Amino acid sequence: MSGVRYAVSATTCGVLLWQALIWITDAPHFILPSPWLVAQAAWQNRLLIGENALFTLTEVGLGLVLGSLLGVVTAVLLASSDRLHRLVMPLLVFTQAVPVFALAPVLTLWLGYGIISKVMMAVLIIYFPVTSAFYDGLSRIPQNMLDMAMTMGGTKAQIMRRIRIPHALPSLGTGLKLAAVYAPIGAVIGEWVGASKGLGYLMLLANGRAKTDLMFASLITLAAMTIALYFAVNKAAAHLQRV
Amino acid sequence: MTQAPAIQIKGQYDMAGERLFEPIDLTLPAGQWSCVLGRSGVGKSTLLRLIAGLESAGTFTGNIVASDKRPIQGRVSFMTQSDLLLPWLSVLENIVLGARLRNETPDLTRAKGLLDRVGLLPWREKKPAALSGGMRQRAALARTLMEDRPIALLDEPFSALDAGTRADMQELSAQMLTGKTVLMVTHDPAEAVRLGHQIVVLTHEGATLWHPPKTAPLRDQYATLWHPPKTAPLRDQYAPETTACQAALLAHLRGRQ
Repeated sequence: MSGVRYAVSATTCGVLLWQALIWITDAPHFILPSPWLVAQAAWQNRLLIGENALFTLTEVGLGLVLGSLLGVVTAVLLASSDRLHRLVMPLLVFTQAVPVFALAPVLTLWLGYGIISKVMMAVLIIYFPVTSAFYDGLSRIPQNMLDMAMTMGGTKAQIMRRIRIPHALPSLGTGLKLAAVYAPIGAVIGEWVGASKGLGYLMLLANGRAKTDLMFASLITLAAMTIALYFAVNKAAAHLQRV
Repeated sequence: MTQAPAIQIKGQYDMAGERLFEPIDLTLPAGQWSCVLGRSGVGKSTLLRLIAGLESAGTFTGNIVASDKRPIQGRVSFMTQSDLLLPWLSVLENIVLGARLRNETPDLTRAKGLLDRVGLLPWREKKPAALSGGMRQRAALARTLMEDRPIALLDEPFSALDAGTRADMQELSAQMLTGKTVLMVTHDPAEAVRLGHQIVVLTHEGATLWHPPKTAPLRDQYATLWHPPKTAPLRDQYAPETTACQAALLAHLRGRQ
């Protein structure tokens, strides 16, 4: 319960600081709206925000599931074959050197303004963290455990299934937690580049019409959504990490 | 289980251009315990890995053969200082891990029988974390026995246990591994003298010992055979001949003889 109390205190502190900043700088409301104005905007536009949030959440959810599955499969494949690992890993690192943000316009061009390009953005942004975390876990199995499995005459597939994968689940949990935080970034970038729905789109729209309060309301909704997602994944990951 | 074979190890071991141990000629008698003593880093565990046919960092020049001429690989079970129980499996599932890894249906009845013999039957559904160090090592012993291989390689299996538990485990292992060809690495002269039909002291000598010593032929090798007391194992730890042999062995290990 004290965790919740801390969270509430931290939020209150944040809001107070925010309000204090407005008093000190005397910023006009279209530059920095007060918490109260933002709360009003959020309430007035609750349907609009809710609808767009749901859309973004769908993108993020799909991206998380797809990207994690893809990452898990890749990690297992890489861990099964040394040759494949040496061939593919540099390629993966290279693709990470290309900022995913830079790919957003290309993806929109290829996949259209709909949901697919955003899901793909989320997939791309979480694919590497999940792959690399899970692969690390798979390859960091103690040698003497593998030795034992070898002397038992275990098959490669069974050793993977019964020893390496269970052993690496905590690492996968770490990767998934990162993914939960990254995935919304991917989706929102996708929406900024071109969309007709979603929180990213709404923020851009509100910004363009100088509805700064609505923009802030969308932003806070996005943050709240990300935090909720993180805690949900955290809870699921704790299951993985409990051996 | 088939008759346990004797194992002959002949050869030398080099690692990164350096000799780890000079040519040894060692026979592990069939169905008996051989205990290997020696300072850390002398290659005792390497010797074990070589016999098991596991990869090792260096190169072994020579050969390791079983007296029945059949390959050794696949007839070996392993037991180490860390119990290597998988923390996410129950004790029973850990015991039958070998069968699962080979895609076979495990003989759960036999596994339960073995757990009963090592006194862990009531704990079969527990996770290893719920067990004490001694119980975990007993589970590891049951897993080793479940594999029912004629050759058992033990790498300091009891060194992390308290004195009482260790003595119990020594007795239990001696009983349960009867008839198997056992090679046990240990740091404890008392343990070696207690359990071994044969005791091997492994040393690696630097470049100064290129010339073989002029003593009896057996001493030419860097794996020196040590004769345990004439009584049969399992010996009384504090019987005069046991302690005398321990004292001599310890002196030898410390380079005073």
